[in-house]
This record gives sequence, C-alpha cells and structure tokens, in this order.
Amino acid sequence: MIPACDNLGVNFPSTRRSAVFATGSADAGQRRQAFEVLVEAYWRPVYKYIRLKWGASGDEAQDLTQGFFTRAIEKSFFAGYEPAKGSFRTFLRACLEGFVANERKSAQRIKRGGGTEVLSLDFESAEGELRQHEPPAGLSMEDYFRQEWVRSLFGLAVESLREECAARGKQAHFGLFERYDLDEAEATYEELAREFGLSVSDVTNYLAFARREFRRIVLDKLRETTGDDQEFRSEARLLLGVDPG
Amino acid sequence: MRWLGHKTLEHLREVVEAPDLSGTKYRLIREIGRGGMGIVYEAEDVELDRRVALKVLNGVDISGEARILARLEHPGIVPVHDVGTLPDGRVFYAMKLVEGTRLDRLAQSGASLADRLRVFQKTCEAVAFAHSHGVIHRDLKPENIMVGSFGEVLIMDWGVARRGPQPDAAPGTVMGTAGYMAPEQARGEVDRVDERSDGYALGAILRFLAGDREVPRRLAAISAKAMATEPGNRYVSAQDLGADVARFLDGLPVEAYHEGIFERLARVASRNQMAVVLVAAYLLMRVLLLLFTRR
Ligand SMILES: Nc1ncnc2c1ncn2[C@@H]1O[C@H](COP(=O)(O)OP(=O)(O)O)[C@@H](O)[C@H]1O
Repeated sequence: MIPACDNLGVNFPSTRRSAVFATGSADAGQRRQAFEVLVEAYWRPVYKYIRLKWGASGDEAQDLTQGFFTRAIEKSFFAGYEPAKGSFRTFLRACLEGFVANERKSAQRIKRGGGTEVLSLDFESAEGELRQHEPPAGLSMEDYFRQEWVRSLFGLAVESLREECAARGKQAHFGLFERYDLDEAEATYEELAREFGLSVSDVTNYLAFARREFRRIVLDKLRETTGDDQEFRSEARLLLGVDPG
Repeated sequence: MRWLGHKTLEHLREVVEAPDLSGTKYRLIREIGRGGMGIVYEAEDVELDRRVALKVLNGVDISGEARILARLEHPGIVPVHDVGTLPDGRVFYAMKLVEGTRLDRLAQSGASLADRLRVFQKTCEAVAFAHSHGVIHRDLKPENIMVGSFGEVLIMDWGVARRGPQPDAAPGTVMGTAGYMAPEQARGEVDRVDERSDGYALGAILRFLAGDREVPRRLAAISAKAMATEPGNRYVSAQDLGADVARFLDGLPVEAYHEGIFERLARVASRNQMAVVLVAAYLLMRVLLLLFTRR
C-alpha cells in the first residue's frame, strides 16, 4: 500500500523546533537560546551582505552587524515574522535593509555600542573569506544572501558533525566524510580504505553513517532557522534543489 | 569554520538530497535524471542482485503512476517491481532499469527510415495496449520512448497518465508537451482528451521520425491524418495508425492517401521490382516474336 501523501509531500522528520518563534517566548532563557541559534546561522551572511551591498568598511559592517542583532533582540524583531508572507530568510533581509538604511541616515548613531561587543563573532574569519573568495559576477544581492546562508548552514552542520563524531569516538567516520565529501580532490573508496587502514566495506558503512548524520543535522538546523512547517519544507526543497511542486 | 567552496556546496546538497535507502533492500548507485515528478536513480536490488531504476517522488500523489503501470503488463511498457516509503516520508517506486537510446537520439544517430518506422509500430502497439486497458498516456514524445539494443521499445513516464474516462483535472489544466500535444489538450479541454489525443502525439512522433527531407508523400499523409485538428478525422485507434504504417512499409496502399493511377503503378513497380522486370522481359519477347513472325 502506498500511504497518502499530502500535496506538499516531503515529510522530513525533525526533532527540532523553530527558533524563529521561540524568539517571542515569554521565557527569557528560551528567548536567549533562540537568538543564539539565529545569530549563529545568519551573522555571516548578514555581515558579508552589508559589506557588499552598501560597500561598508569592515569596521562599519561589524558595528552594523552587532547593532542589527542587538536591536533585533531588544525589539523582538523576529517574532513579527509571518510565514504566510514569505520565507524567514527574506524577512530577515528586509529587516536588515530597513535597519541599515536608518542607521546610515543618522550616521552619528553608528557609534552606538561604543565598542562594547555584545556578541562575540569571528569577524576576522568572515573578512578572510570575503578577501579570498570573490562573489561570482552577475549574482543578484538576493541570490548572494541566499548562497551565503546556505554556505553558513552547511558550514555549521559540518562543525556539528565533527563535534558529534568526536564525542562518540567516531573520528574515522568524520575523517572519511571530510576526505570524500568535503575535499575537492577525488578519492576512491579503495584509496580511502588504504589511507585509513579499513576495509572497503567499512569505508562504505562509515561514510553512509556520516552522511546520514550530516543530513539529519542539516535538516535540524534548517528546522530551527525557519518559521513554520510549510516554510521549512519549501526551504528544504530549495536547499535540496528539488523544485517545489 | 571550514570554508566550503562552490563545488563542495553543490556536492553536499546532493548528499543531503540523496535518498536515505537504509531499511530498504536497495543500494544507491547514481542519479540518472530528474523530471517534473521526482528524481530517478539507478540502484541495486541487493536481495535479487539486479539493477533497477528508483523513482523518488517530490510528493505529488504517486499512487496513480505506479498503480497504472503495475497493471499494464506489456513488453512495451516499463514494469514496476515495487513501491515503498523512505525514512523521510518520500514515496518511491522501483521499476525496470531501461538501458538503451532515447528515440530522439536514435533518430539523430542515422537509423534507416525503415528501422525508425518499425520502432514506431511497436510504440503504437504498446499505446494501443494501454488504451485497451483504459489508460491514456497524455505525454507521448520521443524523449519518453526508449529503444533497447535488440530493438525493443519501452514507453516511459506515465506520470500524467490517466485511467478511465473521468477527467482528473480542472478544466483549463494543460499537461503535456508543446509540439506533441493535441489541440484539444493544449486548450485545456480536459473532458475532450481521450485516446485520440495520444493518437495525435503519435502522429507528431511519426512526423519527427520521418525527418524533414524527402518524406514520401504517403507517409506524410499518415502523420497528417493522425494529427488532424478534429479528433474525428484522426485514426480511430493507435492500432489503425500502426497498421497504416505497416502497409506503407510493405508497399501497400495506405488508408490516409488516395493515389492516382501513375502513383499506384510506380508504387507497385517499386514494390515488385523483380516481377516488373520479368513481365517487361516477357512483353519484350512477345513484341520481338510478333515482329519476327510478321516477316
Ligand atoms: N526505468 C527507467 N530506466 C532508466 N532511466 C529512466 C527510467 N525512468 C526514467 N528514467 C530517466 O530518468 C529521467 C527522469 O525521468 P522522469 O522523471 O520520468 O522525467 P520527465 O518527467 O522529465 O520525463 C529521464 O532522463 C529518464 O530518461
């Protein structure tokens, strides 16, 4: 028997809840945690977007990035998100556009914060990425933001997988994933088996494990950083390259 | 955080997207292609030790396609082996892995007209079989027809096929491919789409196969009849269409074309070259004999 599918179909089981809505929670602890999740996923795309879109200097972009998230926390920006009107990613970018336009109009206020770093973000590495990897020519700012968001999401998922494998004593699983799925130089299972001192069937199984975990982590992170279920699915389809039906 | 380049991101996207086949008896081999309804993978059935094609659906209700296919047991129709659900809830079905050349590519590869027409006849037979089971394909085109290395023909992509006379779509819904779609189908007149709409698509396929240079008139007439604007003016069935092509191949008069006396003579002559030579030789002898005996 074929189970009935709803018309959206893809039914990704996920253990996580949306952090977007938790930012409006009555519980301060939950609110803070939700913001951490969102800041972690979005700060790099936000910083790079500011640098490119408005040609802001590194210092100014750092201030604006800090300011944007701090203000979002203070004013509970994100709780105003309505999934029916579009993706959270687009909503966040619209908030950012408004925020930066305002800040730049009254340039004095840029001194806000006065050096007190509210969030500890690794701007240096983001700056290094910008310097080393030119954005592809002809990409719209909207597509650029989405691309950087995907990069950030996958990057975080790789780090989570690394930590999870380490914690479970499965360093070889991650090592194989890193060599086979992250390095651009191509290696065969046989080569990897020799390199890691494993049998080819172990390589197959370890890789299958790592990929399955990676998949789960990506979907969990996506779940956390999108609004409702419908948005989660449509972003998953976008991210996974499956056309929304 | 590790920098992920464009190529790596694309690859990871595929890793995430790849169906999780754990818990099934299939092992993923590679992606074959993707269409409107889902993604098709080559996979190994570990239990039976054979290769299959796995179609993982985007989510649109698929029971249609798999069930329709499962009841159409015919050498010209891709058999479905199995259906199932992935851990993520997506539905898939396993079918025969079709290896061969797509008809559009075969036509470009320089196969002879006679070979192309024999493939076409087999296509008509499979379509006629589906029709006899009340199934209309609705998206017949060269890209959906595979030709195996032994000349076997398999019709694929029954994703928008429909069973029974009951229209399943709201009026105005257009499913199919421009250039192969019957006018009534292109206009979204869903209640007028029937076997003869497939017949129109077959006519368009025939025209495609005949090529655009030096198409014999009688053959052009067959595709023109099959593609008549008014369904009532088309062939009554896919079988009839195939039969007319068979007659063309055998050098017999075709239903679609009324030939003049000279065309008829020329056709008969070219069909019976040996007989014509013998008759001509005989007549020549008679004439010569006559001339000699006169003297
Ligand atoms: N049973 C099969 N064996 C081999 N290849 C197949 C099979 N079914 C589909 N394909 C291939 O998979 C791709 C996508 O198929 P499908 O989803 O039916 O595409 P579309 O909807 O575009 O016709 C196509 O390139 C098709 O040739």
